[in-house]
Amino acid sequence: MKNWTCWALAAPATIAVVVFLVIPVASTILTTFGDPKGVFAPYIAFYNSGFRRTVLYRTLEIALITTAISLVLGFLAAWIVANAPGRIKSILIIAAVFPLLTGVVIRSFAWMIILGKNGILNSFLLWTGAITEPLSMLYTEGAVIVAMVYLFTPLMILTLVGVLEGIPQDLVQASMSLGAGPAATFRQVIFPLAVPGLIVGGVLVFTGSFTSYATPQILGGEQQMMMGTFLYQRAMVTFDWVGASTIAAVMIVVTFAVVLVMSRIAQRLNPMAVS
Amino acid sequence: MSGRIHPALVVFGAIVFIFLVAPLFIIVGASVSDTPYLAFPPRGLTLQWFWNIFAIEAFRSTAITSLQLAVLGTSLSLIIGIPAAYALNRYRVELPKWLSTVYVLPILVPEIVFGFSLMKSVSVGLGTPIFLSLLIGHALLVLPYSVRVVSASLASFDFSVEEAAISLGCPPLKTFFTVLLPNIRSGVIAAFILAFITSVNDVSISVFLTGPGISTLPIQILAYMQQFFDPTIASVSVLLMIVTVAVMGVVEATLGLTFLAK
Repeated sequence: MKNWTCWALAAPATIAVVVFLVIPVASTILTTFGDPKGVFAPYIAFYNSGFRRTVLYRTLEIALITTAISLVLGFLAAWIVANAPGRIKSILIIAAVFPLLTGVVIRSFAWMIILGKNGILNSFLLWTGAITEPLSMLYTEGAVIVAMVYLFTPLMILTLVGVLEGIPQDLVQASMSLGAGPAATFRQVIFPLAVPGLIVGGVLVFTGSFTSYATPQILGGEQQMMMGTFLYQRAMVTFDWVGASTIAAVMIVVTFAVVLVMSRIAQRLNPMAVS
Repeated sequence: MSGRIHPALVVFGAIVFIFLVAPLFIIVGASVSDTPYLAFPPRGLTLQWFWNIFAIEAFRSTAITSLQLAVLGTSLSLIIGIPAAYALNRYRVELPKWLSTVYVLPILVPEIVFGFSLMKSVSVGLGTPIFLSLLIGHALLVLPYSVRVVSASLASFDFSVEEAAISLGCPPLKTFFTVLLPNIRSGVIAAFILAFITSVNDVSISVFLTGPGISTLPIQILAYMQQFFDPTIASVSVLLMIVTVAVMGVVEATLGLTFLAK
């Protein structure tokens, strides 16, 4: 009887996820193996096409650079937030939360105003005399990276503030009172304790930027196609659904592999978990 | 955490926070520029671009669709998510461990892959109407927030209170509405807000599911942006940011903003 009740309560949500997510995504992946030329034919074609490989490498590169920059910016900013006095701290948290609640399209659009031909960066550079003609900065890899760093740094900050605040004050005090200076305390106590959090934040940013669609669409265009925009183009412009499914499968494999491997590493590196 | 921060670090931190906030102010500036193209700082001031939004039918109709999707999708996700969250907490022993992972799948699977697969299997495969496909997509997209946030507040709920009500003769459904729901109210509100915002801002799923006549606001903005370079989009963005500020006000008043930092 009891067994029946708990499954009945969980059933609607479970069935919804299975019917509308698990089965559709599984069928997307399965269609890539139905090629008469061989089971892995679409993947071999993907790998052999210089263009598709370029898109994959570009996406990996942009995602990695974005992750690295937002790790550095996010960690330093989170450090300041965690150490700030009450009032300033809440202002800083609002400054990080507000962009996060604003849509991706709007936040990417802001960079169109900044980096455009008549944009504020070009106006500024012209005014200083550093350049004599406006630079075309839109639709470059740099534009996509800047916007992605802008997009994901708030997420990193909020993740790391939680981590830094969770570090027991006793440990820091013990380290200081036992003679370690601030630098040594940071290097030997605080940083190692923050590593699992850095990995979690890094995974969030990497998978988010690796699978992004709106930002590369707005700021990268055709010139800087990434996996997300490429999938959309294959599916909705050229109607090559097998090709699109292959891209989808590659995206799933990469994100799941990163999530699994990194969370394993984060668990192993967590000094607090040692019994 | 407390300790002295090096002045250089403070300067650096200030630059990071200016980097986070400045672009949003730039949008506000660009939205009132009287130039026919996007410019910052604004040359002359005008509100004409705000009137322009209301003159364009597509902005009005897509805003309504986005709102309908967010309200209905979020409500649906709560209707199926609250019982699931309840089951996960109440019957922790009876239910398999992997079940909680199932409810996180919509944010684990790349959104764009989910959108494409839904389009292929549901919109085209089953021939569902556009609005219904969008509703399914949005409800599932926000399901993880409903289940997880409600779960978090159920974790601190003392189920013996519920048993007391039932043993005193209160029918299960009445117990749910009069005993359980008031206790997890803040969790439900938080889940609603997070889910609502996620739904309204979604691009990657909607982009595959919209069709002739029915679109969402972010998709309309994206389409407009690729054709026109006038400040209309900046003024739409400003209106949306005002909504965001209002939402933050509600969050601050009901739960406190620190909640979102968790």
